[in-house]
Amino acid sequence: MVLNKMNGEIRDRIVKDIHTHFSTAILKEEMNYDFLTLTLQKEHVIPVIRWLYDHEELRFRFLTTMCGLHYPDQEEELGLMYQLHSLENNYRIRLKTFFTTAQAEVATLTGIFSAANWMEREAYDFFGVRFKGHPDLRRILNVDDMIIHPLRKEYPLEDQTRADKDDSMFGR
Amino acid sequence: METDEAKITGAKYQLAEKPEGLEGTGYFATTLAKAVGLARKNSIWPLPFATSCCGIEFMATMGAHYDLARFGSERLSFSPRQADLLMVMGTIAKKMGPVLRQVYEQMAEPRWVLSMGACASSGGIFDTYSVLQGIDRIIPVDVYIPGCPPRPEQVIDGILFIQELVGNESLRRRNSPEYKALLTSYGIE
Repeated sequence: MVLNKMNGEIRDRIVKDIHTHFSTAILKEEMNYDFLTLTLQKEHVIPVIRWLYDHEELRFRFLTTMCGLHYPDQEEELGLMYQLHSLENNYRIRLKTFFTTAQAEVATLTGIFSAANWMEREAYDFFGVRFKGHPDLRRILNVDDMIIHPLRKEYPLEDQTRADKDDSMFGR
Repeated sequence: METDEAKITGAKYQLAEKPEGLEGTGYFATTLAKAVGLARKNSIWPLPFATSCCGIEFMATMGAHYDLARFGSERLSFSPRQADLLMVMGTIAKKMGPVLRQVYEQMAEPRWVLSMGACASSGGIFDTYSVLQGIDRIIPVDVYIPGCPPRPEQVIDGILFIQELVGNESLRRRNSPEYKALLTSYGIE
């Protein structure tokens, strides 16, 4: 079974078309595991997804997943990853965008995919990315009164209240 | 001690042990506390609060092979109101904490709590921001069963410890100052 039918010719055309429509939107283009991965400027992510969705031929109309990212060594340390699927053509594409912690505000995808609602809440819950225009942006998996965004690397994984372990061996 | 019935039928099983008391032909007298304790300890209705693998071991404990019914606990109560014993079996996430506490608060007195396995007792291997590091942080616990998960024999052992408590505690434990202080320390009315 072929997971991704997108060949080199279509890949080049998509990249070229995004270049013509969104000029400087693409910061980086790479191939990971047979997946076209584009790193985009933050403000262009939603327009590009909209364009891929509306495209007559490509028809990327399924949001496979999206999630938050955190690379603490990067200058723009926080990020988001979107993975789209064109069910009719069996094309898959991955989009990424990065930003600093201070600018962790991105436009919501819920206007295009309703499925993004809970995924964006999860990204907010775990990484503190705020989604502008999200209908109901609150924590989804962690307790409501949690004050940290636990998947950010500056926060320790371990529960800080446990007293029965040797601290030097554990992350506290 | 063999019962009279056992003497007649030759069976080797044993019914509940008779408490201390005065005995003679045609009568037996003991204290009310002992009689009630005997009845209570041999008819504990457990409320299984099973969230993970310890729950699977509990299913084995309830099954024919280990058969908790032998100890008077065959009737599981899925309503907290009718339950005597809250059995917490498995990892309790912090988000589950208030639910567990509410279940405990809904139980009528007298009530006991058994914490089964490493996760319920201390958080176990889940030393992480999302997991409650032991249910005794939100509700009082009477008996802890160690293990990951404990074997059914250990669960039965824990139940026997609970029975020991149930049989020997005062009739109205809820009125004792120690018990009131304990509940107050947990913020439970």
